[in-house]
Amino acid sequence: MSTTVMPNSWNINTKPHKFCPGCGHGHVLRALGEAIDDIDIQDRTVFGCDIGCSLLAWDFFNIDSIQTHHGRTTPVMVGIVRANPSLIGIAYMGDGGGYAIGAQHLVNSANRNDKILVVLVNNTNYGMTGGQMAPTTLPGQVTETTPYGRDALETGAPTQGPELVAAITGENAYVARGTVSNLRQLKKYFKKALENVQEGNGFSFVEVLATCPTNWRTNAKDTWKFLEENMASYFKVGEYKVPPTKREG
Amino acid sequence: MEKPIQEEKRVFMTGNEVVAWGALAAQADIMYGYPITPQNEIMHYWTRLAPKYGKSFLQTEDELSAGFATIGGVLAGKRSFSATAGPGNTLFQEPISMAEMMRIPMVVAIQQRGGPSTATVIYSQQEVNMTTYGGNGEGLRIVYSTATHQELFDYTIKAFNNAWKYRFPAFILGDGYQAKMREPLIMYNPEEKGIEMVKPDVSLGKEGVPGKDRDPVYLRNAYSMEEELFEVLMPMIEEYNKVSPEIEEHFSLGCEDADLIIVSHGIVSRAAMAAEEELRKEGIKVGLFRPITLRPFPEGAIREICKSTPNILIVESANGQLARLVKEALFGLPINMQAIFKPGVGITSEEIIKFIKSKKTEEIIAK
Ligand SMILES: Cc1ncc(C[n+]2csc(CCOP(=O)(O)OP(=O)(O)O)c2C)c(N)n1
Ligand code: SF4
Ligand SMILES: [Mg+2]
Repeated sequence: MSTTVMPNSWNINTKPHKFCPGCGHGHVLRALGEAIDDIDIQDRTVFGCDIGCSLLAWDFFNIDSIQTHHGRTTPVMVGIVRANPSLIGIAYMGDGGGYAIGAQHLVNSANRNDKILVVLVNNTNYGMTGGQMAPTTLPGQVTETTPYGRDALETGAPTQGPELVAAITGENAYVARGTVSNLRQLKKYFKKALENVQEGNGFSFVEVLATCPTNWRTNAKDTWKFLEENMASYFKVGEYKVPPTKREG
Repeated sequence: MEKPIQEEKRVFMTGNEVVAWGALAAQADIMYGYPITPQNEIMHYWTRLAPKYGKSFLQTEDELSAGFATIGGVLAGKRSFSATAGPGNTLFQEPISMAEMMRIPMVVAIQQRGGPSTATVIYSQQEVNMTTYGGNGEGLRIVYSTATHQELFDYTIKAFNNAWKYRFPAFILGDGYQAKMREPLIMYNPEEKGIEMVKPDVSLGKEGVPGKDRDPVYLRNAYSMEEELFEVLMPMIEEYNKVSPEIEEHFSLGCEDADLIIVSHGIVSRAAMAAEEELRKEGIKVGLFRPITLRPFPEGAIREICKSTPNILIVESANGQLARLVKEALFGLPINMQAIFKPGVGITSEEIIKFIKSKKTEEIIAK
């Protein structure tokens, strides 16, 4: 357990949280909570979580929240902010939710430049359903549905989400890939992404490389190694699109 | 801003146009839609009218998105609606099941087309099963099957009001014929007529800082334990059953002394009504029962009628979808049932008259 204080936007009454020990989700939500605190938008934010392990965050924040269906968090948040544009909608989902079953929503919402933030947790598998292949599963990676390792020729190469979203969004979008191994950077990305939404400027998308020791079947050391070596070699951390208003220098 | 409809106005328009005006009259705020025939013109009229009255529209990427975004609009506290048909209705079942579970008053106009699959864009009554009991749920919905343009207008207003009053998703179930044909009707401002418009309330994004000024709102549809779900679901089912008699509506004609009762819904009941009148002139005692709400089904009313007249003829443009609802409602009564099922095809009064005069039915009538 981290000894640092909890973000104000967290609901202490629902802590400790429901994720497995060593899970990346908790770290992502810490960085997100701190970013929400820093720009002081707790009263205007609405949080939506998907089905997948993200659903375990349904009562995580001191923020009005809704748990939706697998892949459908993006359209629910779009519906909310279209009806009440003064709200800041955050759609929180896994890689299966965002890149497989809900890919059409991600692509079209990005293309429409909807004023929402999509946070997508890339843990290279379907965590909640017991570790099947996800669009982000690495070549050779063993999952329950790729027991001999993912064959990229048969099932495709890992989806490059931020690259895709950056390619289809206009210049007012903010697109980045962070990692739970660098929370300070991740928080910075979240802040920029949220400000971009708050300013009514554009669509924001942050993918986060995250750990799933339960389904990876890794100990603490190997978990970190898989994140920082295997995943990092396929998924490049950084900002993929920064709107003119958010560019530094 | 000017009200869309000030005083009563006699108009002549297509059913799709009527639904758009009905939604305006019901003070709908936002429509989320995806094109599909035969409902397209609901969107076309709405997008033309909406900006004049400060209303919004979003064309989504598919019906899943249209349905879930409609839910989002409701959660933000706005009267939100959509319209669909056929394969679009199929996709809509996923968001509708969430609306059912979470008591989200979404409103959807459905203009039935031929099925299964893509079939025709023209007409049918084959979306009864799906609209009443689709999705992985218990059918906790309000479904109005309209027969005239006046009803399309009236029940669009009622769908919004009863959705928000009872917090069950509500549907205006029309069809391709109603969507496309022109008919006269009277449009009105419901409040001028003394119809109280049920006010929407905000679910997410209420005033104040959650955790400081008030508790945060947490909405979910996933539960970890069987008992947990049961505890949530049973009161919902009980409430639905309790309010059902208030919601149920039907129309009946000449049932008191009838030897045979035609049961039909929607536009087919117009042919049935014409047949009833024609046969009566010839001294053949026929009655008509028409459920207006297909969910909740007016079970008490039809049972009462069929206690004295056990002979029924079910007529529908589907292969027994209405019949299934009727049989369930009449379970246990000694019923003699005949049927005209024409899936995906219109039915005329002549066909009904011919059928009734045919040999089989003569025996019933001569009884
Ligand atoms: C329509 C639908 N299909 C399938 C499922 C089953 N399901 C639940 S969670 C999940 C995968 C979750 O994986 P991901 O989105 O990567 O989230 P994670 O658990 O890894 O965080 C699936 C397939 C479902 N709930 N709904
Ligand atoms: S299964 Fe994986 S993603 Fe889900 S809570 Fe456990 S560690 Fe986290
Ligand atoms: Mg995952």
